[in-house]
Amino acid sequence: MTELLRLATAGSVDDGKSTLIGRLLYDTKTILTDQLAAVERTSKERGEQGPDLALLTDGLRAEREQGITIDVAYRYFATPNRKFIIADTPGHVQHTRNMVTGASTAQVAVILVDARAGVLEQSRRHAFLASLLGIRHLVVCVNKMDLVDFSQARFAEIRDTFRGFAAKLDVQDIAFVPISALHGDNVVSPSPSMPWFEGTPLLGHLEQVHVASDRNLIDVRFPVQRVIRWQATGFRGYAGTVAGGVLKPGDEVVVQPSGASSRITEILAPGGTPVSEAFPPAAVTVRLADELDISRGDMLCRPGNRASVGQDIDAMVCWLTEDAELRAGASYEIRHTTATTRARIDRVDYRLDVNSLHREQDVDSLRLNEIGRIRLRTASPLLFDGYRRNRDTGSFILVDESTNNTVGAGLIGGAAETGPEVVWQRTAVERAERGARGATVWLTGLSASGKSAIAVELERRLVAQGRMAYLLDGDNVRHGLNADLGFAAADRDENVRRVGEVAALFADAGVIAIASLISPYAQAREQARQAHLRAGLRFVEVFVDTPLEVCEARDPKGMYRRARAGEISGFTGIDDPYEPPEFPDLVLRPADGDPSAMAEAIAALIGG
Amino acid sequence: MATTYELSHLDVLECEAVHILREVEATLERPALLFSGGKDSAVMLHVAVKAFWPAPVPFPLLHVDTGHNFDEVLEFRDRTVERTGTRLLVAGVQDDIDAGRVVEDERSGRNRLQTTTLLRAIGEHRLGAVFGGARRDEEKARAKERVYSFRDEFGQWDPRAQRPELWNLYNGRHRDGEHIRVFPLSNWTELNIWQYIEREGIELPSLYYAHQRSVFAHDGMLLAHTRHSTPRAGEEPFTATVRFRTVGDATCTGCVASRAATPAEVIAETVASRESERGATRADDRISDTGMEDRKKAGYF
Repeated sequence: MTELLRLATAGSVDDGKSTLIGRLLYDTKTILTDQLAAVERTSKERGEQGPDLALLTDGLRAEREQGITIDVAYRYFATPNRKFIIADTPGHVQHTRNMVTGASTAQVAVILVDARAGVLEQSRRHAFLASLLGIRHLVVCVNKMDLVDFSQARFAEIRDTFRGFAAKLDVQDIAFVPISALHGDNVVSPSPSMPWFEGTPLLGHLEQVHVASDRNLIDVRFPVQRVIRWQATGFRGYAGTVAGGVLKPGDEVVVQPSGASSRITEILAPGGTPVSEAFPPAAVTVRLADELDISRGDMLCRPGNRASVGQDIDAMVCWLTEDAELRAGASYEIRHTTATTRARIDRVDYRLDVNSLHREQDVDSLRLNEIGRIRLRTASPLLFDGYRRNRDTGSFILVDESTNNTVGAGLIGGAAETGPEVVWQRTAVERAERGARGATVWLTGLSASGKSAIAVELERRLVAQGRMAYLLDGDNVRHGLNADLGFAAADRDENVRRVGEVAALFADAGVIAIASLISPYAQAREQARQAHLRAGLRFVEVFVDTPLEVCEARDPKGMYRRARAGEISGFTGIDDPYEPPEFPDLVLRPADGDPSAMAEAIAALIGG
Repeated sequence: MATTYELSHLDVLECEAVHILREVEATLERPALLFSGGKDSAVMLHVAVKAFWPAPVPFPLLHVDTGHNFDEVLEFRDRTVERTGTRLLVAGVQDDIDAGRVVEDERSGRNRLQTTTLLRAIGEHRLGAVFGGARRDEEKARAKERVYSFRDEFGQWDPRAQRPELWNLYNGRHRDGEHIRVFPLSNWTELNIWQYIEREGIELPSLYYAHQRSVFAHDGMLLAHTRHSTPRAGEEPFTATVRFRTVGDATCTGCVASRAATPAEVIAETVASRESERGATRADDRISDTGMEDRKKAGYF
């Protein structure tokens, strides 16, 4: 269980956000008597009925005078089960800049919606920004339920509207709680006014939300912060904070960008205590078997799993200043992990309307609070991963060298595609000359839905007909090609991406590639489809739509039972979502017959 | 059960502070660590020692000395400097009074005057960064302060023009004459500080634990009866068992009745306490609702 949870709250004063935070602090007894006395005094001076809990959070004079919140504020409270840090971001003044700042370190976003007003433009914006910044858990608090007579129907309506919008976002876990922050309903204790609500009150939910697997524990990334030397004992070690993966003494490591390799001899916690492993966000000192030339900005990785190295980088950037616009051609200092170099903006691809998610293509600049996709080139190579894969190695800031201000926040999408160094090598054989036309059949569905049985039957049938077919089974590829991947969301995406790319190569070679894997996330499947479309290859998505109850009753490997028992987490259908295809080429349900009949249906579809 | 790869909350906070200390030391010129002998600065120094182990702390300590110190605190300061092998810089408020740069005002004490002395020391030693032990949970205005807090050439804090601070990427760029105040313990609470003191066995001045001393009631607070603070007419000194929750200028730091003699007992008291540490015992914060914000804008710690 993660003991320390970082939250970001989003919403405006009108939604009752300050009141909610005041309520959380008050009900968890974080607020002390003298602080409460000060609030009561001020409330009375202003002629208000009870203590205005919002006064607890508005710290600056201008804020209290104008009744607004200016800047991100940090609050602390604790329960016996968890300690919480709230990044409280104001909703209306410089909204995007502050929300992005607060969300950058948060694991959970709490979004407030006024029950009377419903899902507004700003609610959508908050959900989108949380998703963009890589927050995997949203809690939507439908506030002021007392003002809509604690109506279950109103709550359901808002929940459904929000869900409809959030389906387009990359958020795995959304909870909805009907509350009244003013009166405390469903904040800490269940509300007697809303007996129809069967979920957990807000605080209980925050105490339980599972965030441990949000970290990337797969890709070892250790940006070197400083070399520590002590001549008296001949000590030499590399200090830094683990940005990904698990490091252990004895592990082979490679130093990027030099490529030199060595072995970890010892890992020391602060103060010199040896530890048997180090993982994010531990600050440690790593010692190596060999004397290598390593300095700040270098990164330790594993030989078979290195960070991307590149100077041409595609990124989403949020612009943070009103002093100047981001423009193509401008240069900034870029700070990324422990490296600092210069970056030139090569172009602005589009600006994103954060309310409609519409991409405006004809732009060449970004202003304060605007978000856009850019291509930049750095003076020296960055060692990076995509932001979705790793927040620490996928984020950067831009600093204006004339004002020294932090002006941009960047989320790396990836290395710019087809950079000047990597050119597609054309072969002398055209696709038509290969004798057979390949394609990919992609079977997606829950565990135990019957994908493998259908795929095995389809492969047998095609080969018997004299066609080239090959089964890429989700479990099998994890023994070799994807042996380095686990089951966290980022790993699952990578698993699907690799199988998609391999399938495309098979199809290009003239083979019918049959990919059979759960592939739970719509976006990852879409990327596999795109990889085929770009190469002019056919991609047939088959949704094996076997209901969860049926799959669970089958449970050939006992996985559902273990997931229900809490022995394994992140299991699709149990505590990790399955996003069904919106436009599959074929849907197969149990009523459609046995695996043989289903394979026949697929064969008919692809012409054989 | 398989390992869950989790750090305790104290380890997370320690690692964050270690990261910040290392980051500043690697990127900014001539940092110094403000060391008053108070518990927050003792914790900060302890983390700094661990961050650079086995090498010694690679920057000096800076004590802004009001001249109104508790004897126990000065002894503790010198013992700690000796033990950690650090270099100590002392900047005396008395020097600024003698030179006429500031004028002492009997009513408000010397706390306010420290700002001038601190800025003089930063200029004289050309410090690019100064570590402070301040925490965001201490006071409303502090809740909005960054870990890296930019200060202009007059040491001023402009709350409306703070640099956005994202992820763990810090921007310490500044011109000559400007500097960065850095708060590695920003995300710690008072309770975290005491839990860490207990866990790490960090030594503190004896004032922090229950002891008998002569005190007198003044303006709703209990003040220690020392050569720096004497009762006025009508304020009768008496002996009580007390401890201090913060240790600042001896003329304006109050104590509370307490029997807590160990960190564990202090933690038990802190958990049960319904009054904030500054509210109970710091006259300087009670001057006005925006007392801290105004002093911070002018360059206070």
